[in-house]
Amino acid sequence: MLRLERRPTPSRFWQYGTPVVAVVLTMIAGGLLFALLGKDPFAVIRTIFWDPLFGEFAWYLRGQLLVKAGPLILIAIGLALGFRAGIWNIGAEGQYVMGAVIGASVGLAAYPTESRLIYPAMVLAGAFGGWIWAMIPAILKTRFNTNEILVSLMLVYVAETILAKAATGFLRNPEGAGFPGSRSFSSYKAASNPELIAGSGLHWGGVAALVTAGLVYVLLQRHILGFQIKLAGQAPRAARFHGVNPTRLVVFCMGISGALAGLAGLFEVSGPAGQISIDFNSGYGFTAIIVAFLGRLNPLGIVLAGLLMALTYVGGEMAATNIGLPSAAIQVFQGMLLFFLLGVDVLSNYRIRFLLFVKEAR
Amino acid sequence: MDFYGINPAVLIASLMVAAVPIMLAALGELVVEKAGVLNLGVEGMMIVGAIAGFIAAVTSGSPVVGFLGGALAGAALSLVFALLTQFLLTNQVATGLALTLFGLGLSSLAGQGYNGIKPPATHAVPFGPLAEIPFFGRILFSHDWMVYFSVAMIALVWWVLRSTRLGLIIRAVGENHEAAHSLGYKVNRIRLGCILFGGAMAGMGGAYVSLIRVPQWTDGITAGAGWIALAIVVFASWKPWRVLIGAYLFGGITVLQLNLQAAGARIPVEYLSMSPYLITILVLVIMSSGRGRAGLSAPAALGQNFHASR
Amino acid sequence: MSDQVLLAVEAISKSYPGVKANEDVSFAIAEGEVHALLGENGAGKSTLVKMIYGLVKPDSGQMRFRGRPFAPVAPREARQAGVAMVFQHFSLFEALNVAENVALGMENPPVMRELAARIRAVSEEYGLPLDPARRVGDLSAGERQRVEIIRCLLQEPKLLIMDEPTSVLTPQEVEILFRTLRQLSSEGTAILYISHKLEEIRALCDAATILRRGKVVATCVPRQTTARAMAELMVGATLTPPERRATAKGEVVLGVTDLSLASPIPFGTALKNVSFTVARGEVLGIAGVAGNGQDELLLALSGELRSAPDKVRVNGHAAGDYGPLERRGAGLVAAPEDRYGHAAAPDMSLVENAFLTGALRRGLTRRGFIDWRATRAFAEEVIASYDVRTPGSHVAARALSGGNLQKFLIGRELDQAPEVIVINQPTWGVDAAAAAAIRQAILNRAAEGAGVVVISQDLDELLEIADRFAVLNGGRLSKPRPVEGLTIDEIGLMMGGAHGMEVAHHAEA
Repeated sequence: MLRLERRPTPSRFWQYGTPVVAVVLTMIAGGLLFALLGKDPFAVIRTIFWDPLFGEFAWYLRGQLLVKAGPLILIAIGLALGFRAGIWNIGAEGQYVMGAVIGASVGLAAYPTESRLIYPAMVLAGAFGGWIWAMIPAILKTRFNTNEILVSLMLVYVAETILAKAATGFLRNPEGAGFPGSRSFSSYKAASNPELIAGSGLHWGGVAALVTAGLVYVLLQRHILGFQIKLAGQAPRAARFHGVNPTRLVVFCMGISGALAGLAGLFEVSGPAGQISIDFNSGYGFTAIIVAFLGRLNPLGIVLAGLLMALTYVGGEMAATNIGLPSAAIQVFQGMLLFFLLGVDVLSNYRIRFLLFVKEAR
Repeated sequence: MDFYGINPAVLIASLMVAAVPIMLAALGELVVEKAGVLNLGVEGMMIVGAIAGFIAAVTSGSPVVGFLGGALAGAALSLVFALLTQFLLTNQVATGLALTLFGLGLSSLAGQGYNGIKPPATHAVPFGPLAEIPFFGRILFSHDWMVYFSVAMIALVWWVLRSTRLGLIIRAVGENHEAAHSLGYKVNRIRLGCILFGGAMAGMGGAYVSLIRVPQWTDGITAGAGWIALAIVVFASWKPWRVLIGAYLFGGITVLQLNLQAAGARIPVEYLSMSPYLITILVLVIMSSGRGRAGLSAPAALGQNFHASR
Repeated sequence: MSDQVLLAVEAISKSYPGVKANEDVSFAIAEGEVHALLGENGAGKSTLVKMIYGLVKPDSGQMRFRGRPFAPVAPREARQAGVAMVFQHFSLFEALNVAENVALGMENPPVMRELAARIRAVSEEYGLPLDPARRVGDLSAGERQRVEIIRCLLQEPKLLIMDEPTSVLTPQEVEILFRTLRQLSSEGTAILYISHKLEEIRALCDAATILRRGKVVATCVPRQTTARAMAELMVGATLTPPERRATAKGEVVLGVTDLSLASPIPFGTALKNVSFTVARGEVLGIAGVAGNGQDELLLALSGELRSAPDKVRVNGHAAGDYGPLERRGAGLVAAPEDRYGHAAAPDMSLVENAFLTGALRRGLTRRGFIDWRATRAFAEEVIASYDVRTPGSHVAARALSGGNLQKFLIGRELDQAPEVIVINQPTWGVDAAAAAAIRQAILNRAAEGAGVVVISQDLDELLEIADRFAVLNGGRLSKPRPVEGLTIDEIGLMMGGAHGMEVAHHAEA
């Protein structure tokens, strides 16, 4: 028999230890899954976790790591702020899409003008797009007490419809022979988001992710606003007693996470994706939820978690081409990681006692 | 009486079909929430039920086996949620999201090789001459058995929650788990049972999508129906018969917008296809405003974990 | 009353990590006896009765019920044997009606209609009128207790356990409860009565077992023992009443005028036309049975509930529309009743909890950035000067015992040089020594010129420290009166009497 016993003070060791244990458990369970699919589990795990870093094509794949990690980190940090405050924005995917669409619209409207002001304007527009999309659930929550989880999620489907309309209608490339998709940003210099250091995979999105991680870390550790965010999440009534204005907090957290998701969308569409297409978004907004938890809602942890999750994407693609692992298997793998992470987390607040041992000890 | 060439009797009959998946899923979630648990994994359980039901029906050749398979798969997935939230005390919101993310991946993995296959057909219940009654025959007596089953389940859940001891205990646990515990009820076990029921219902709802409503398998087939089911529980203020109304309302909107698209109405297609989601938001706003009305009828312990410390 | 032993508890022990809740406890209750279990908070009374009721399993020792071994592993088994329990914190469901609540506490309840009829019959018989169809959330605290008692009585128990039953009752309601309990005892039901209120025990109980730190320290016949002697057995030390210095009352620092507010709490009580003033150096005591607007009044004073500016005046500011931060700026500090989750964030450290309210008045931020070093110094200052027992300022608030956390939280407010202090239930659940220290600290601040409002359900406490006294009843505040010369009967009437319950017992008499 197992029994849980609450720790008087959360364990510091397990706060850092749980993500590691969860990753190991996921590798074991994932290995079983891969074996069930008829693949050699060790080969698959090596292809996913080792080859992109140290294998034959590591020189290219390491760069891909930053390309994928950038948006994940950027979105996850925003989400983590809200999750810490007990505000559940799970519609980041929609905010990401809207940031991309609105930011791209600004860039494409200026075509073919070349000006140094175009890209900053696009960045602002991208952040605005995500922000305004997140403001809908925020305002509905504060004005009407509407559940932000459901509203932000519904807006993902709405955003995807708008994206489809953009790719096939108002942003379609007039010189694209009627195919869906906008003009390519890589051939429009003023509006493109190129690799900053050749081969590094670092573009403006990665820079923004790292800078944001630093800023948010300081905010959470040292600033009264960070204290209020944590307080509101842990003890909402104590937060009101302290003097937190719940309305302002919701607007702040939703706004930041929306703007960051919008930024991620803009950087993606003007860089790695290269154009607005019906399905340029690949679910980063949802995967970022896993990244946020894997990083224990801590900005620095999220940077590491984002890199790890990017590794599963890059390695997963490798495994798909080299070993024929279905790409959905990676999605299952990521889902399992979140399960294990949440489950193992019990260790930081509870002690597990084996009743059998206790009795014998008496 | 037709408009845009849409026959009202056909429209009503098809909205009843369109409503079945969300009705089943929402009814299951209603019981889960009545017991004080918020399971946001409905979408994940539905889609896993959809593929499991599809595979079971295709391999056995029997749609009934398909629905059982869907229910079983939904319940199995919800068991993961139950173990995590009830015994490892994880955050219910996060765990529900994990369930959905995991379920989407799992269904897509399991569904490989099942694209483009037709599942065995489920036929309408033979009501004989009753089905020939003009207008009402088409609406009331032309459906497959799941349509009647889902309505019967509403009645059953309503009766159990209102008039049986089991229902009273479920409500008590969702209202105040500390008090229920001190009276000697096994809070976590009762919740476990409700979660499994919710999972089975969601799985069955998912199977209905892939076996009857569409009927075939494609990735992401449930397209947010699980989330709409969650919204319907709020819309219904946790009352079973209002789930029926809510599901028919949303079924109606879905069917109407599809019909309008097909009929070439002058409203742009995009607006039509986003309308169910926008209307869901609108309904949520209406239900939540007015001095927290939804908040008052919500089970008091909703979303809180219970751990008997002493 | 017969001399036959109903329940014998023999050498029971129970430990939790770090605490011996019960050690070698033995006592016996005869059939029809009213037996008191007396002890301070944390003496182990609750753990002991939970073992009798099957909620907790003893580590060692045994029990006998009518001579047979008795070891219930679940409340169901205890109920079947004839043990019933009325909890201190009611095990009731607010959204359900009275009959449903009763049914949940029974093994095999009859159908609802029949049950409702039986509830009516039993409630009349014992002078505790109750409508089975009413929603429990709409009932007063006294009525809720009746639901619990009726739930027990319907099972015709041999032993009725009552855990601190009078803390939610007006003096008149206490009288009626005692009449009911005596009636039960005369019919042969034994009653295990848990309390730390000595006069009640002297008035009601045939025998008493006194617990201190988990052990039986004495048994006595309460009618033949003085309250003082019992108190000293219970506490293990002689108690000194707080020291009072007569201070000149200064100008008014807190004025509330005609304040009416809806309650934000589900099933809460709205405040209706509340008016009072508090002067410098003065302590205003506000009494009342739980659930009569105390929580709402605290929220309205702390700034968590806002009103029109001139409804609440703090230190010369029209502060009605101020939030908590601005009110602290104006000089008002507040301490809510619920320590775990309202006054403190249980999972945060004491340092973070010190920052929670001390940020502004102790200048712990610079341009929005937190000065953690100064905050830690503040937390350690409070720990040292209020004798808070803790391994350090880094531990989570939930790791502290109720009394220690309360000392920390009261100290946190008092050490901010406040002009106005508002405290709800300053010593609830706190052991006697800590309670005395807290009361003394409050009086010291008043002597230094702060105006103090103490909201409490403990009448003795209010009569001990307040200069003026008022009662909250149904969200209305009575006109404050000087404490000197008030009698318990007058106070009881101010508290709303017995809510029409006299009628039932009169009819029976």
